[in-house]
Amino acid sequence: MGLKVYGVPMSACTARVLACLHEKGLEFEFVPVNFFGGEHKQPPFLEKNPFGQIPVLEDGDLTLFESRAITGYIADKFKDTGCDLIRHGDCNKAAVVRVWVEVEAQQYNPAIRPILYQCFVVPLIGKTSDQKIIDESLEKLGNVLDVYEARLSKTKYLAGDHFTLADLNHLSYTFYFMKTPYASLIESRPHVKAWWEDISSRPAFVKVSVNMKFEAN
Amino acid sequence: MGLKLYGLPMSTCTTRVLTCLHEKGLEFELVPINLFGGEHKQPPFLEKNPFGQIPVLEDGDLTLFESRAITAYIAHKFRDSGCDLIRHGDDNEAAVVRVWVEAEAQQYSPAIQPIVFQCLVAPRIGKTSDQKIIDESVEKLGSVLDVYEARLSKTKYLAGDHFTLADLHHLSYTFYLMKTPYASLVESRPHVKAWWEDISARPAFVKVSENMKFEAK
Repeated sequence: MGLKVYGVPMSACTARVLACLHEKGLEFEFVPVNFFGGEHKQPPFLEKNPFGQIPVLEDGDLTLFESRAITGYIADKFKDTGCDLIRHGDCNKAAVVRVWVEVEAQQYNPAIRPILYQCFVVPLIGKTSDQKIIDESLEKLGNVLDVYEARLSKTKYLAGDHFTLADLNHLSYTFYFMKTPYASLIESRPHVKAWWEDISSRPAFVKVSVNMKFEAN
Repeated sequence: MGLKLYGLPMSTCTTRVLTCLHEKGLEFELVPINLFGGEHKQPPFLEKNPFGQIPVLEDGDLTLFESRAITAYIAHKFRDSGCDLIRHGDDNEAAVVRVWVEAEAQQYSPAIQPIVFQCLVAPRIGKTSDQKIIDESVEKLGSVLDVYEARLSKTKYLAGDHFTLADLHHLSYTFYLMKTPYASLVESRPHVKAWWEDISARPAFVKVSENMKFEAK
């Protein structure tokens, strides 16, 4: 039966899952969702994810949603395949991975997401960007990246010396961020910049990012 | 050496961890932080958590922050003690726990947090509540709770038939919501209400909630 991912290739959350599947070298079927036609907000998609969002992963009888739950599941189920994304052999290292996975979810993402929304989505739906929201988010993101800069001056990756889920979960949103006028937030912080260049050039992510384009509709 | 938790007994994120420790029947030391004196924003606390937030858990050499990383660490390390919060014996059940843990973090918390802040925290730090923020959040939370109502009409708890980390993570913020004028969001949804009454009556949480009081400063 195999793994099935429902989503769209340019969606940052779908791309998060695709990057994880490629890091693990896993076979899967990609099922495009008619996002602009609102397919994700109607039955039968709502039976897969009642919150009406992509991506969804099906693995046999199991249906999962929330991209970070999906990447967590893949990283754990296939822990002995491909890249070890969770440092499962060492309890303490695994705990530190958990911390920086949560940091992405609770500190980084809430700061970066509104910038991407204002820069990419708002114009696409015919509205005017709100510069106040962008400016507030840039300040928040700058503070978060100051912490990252200090951290990455001590470790090569966020959770230690190895690439893990903590770094992976940052890829897709940061990729789009680098296409906004605010890429300097990354470029101006030498350790963050080096980290970004390293993780974004991993073959698994390169394979995903070639399809990460917003087309005007 | 034992477990040491830095935080405050009325903080939502500290109590998330305290509840988990009690569910597992674990011994630990609670080290109060002088939050109102800004201790969490200065060295040496910043060496424990560079984001300057409580709680922080120390377990021997290991220092962890982000409450959901801490609870997951506890739930895994002590998986064979006390309540099985992660359904580790069954891969599929464990995967569904991940999903609803993320639902709390990504859907529920962003909707409920502003309501709790505007109603209970803002007045205590000399700010005026922003009714517009409250109204937007109430609408978002209502939509999320509609999904929960449907889910909880099929399963006793969010991830299935057993209480797990997914339910536990909701306790502290929901406890405070029930003290605002917006408790009806929960009260008016019969399955959500029954779920809330069940999980908030668990002895571990009752022990914690007795200390969840905001004193006027």
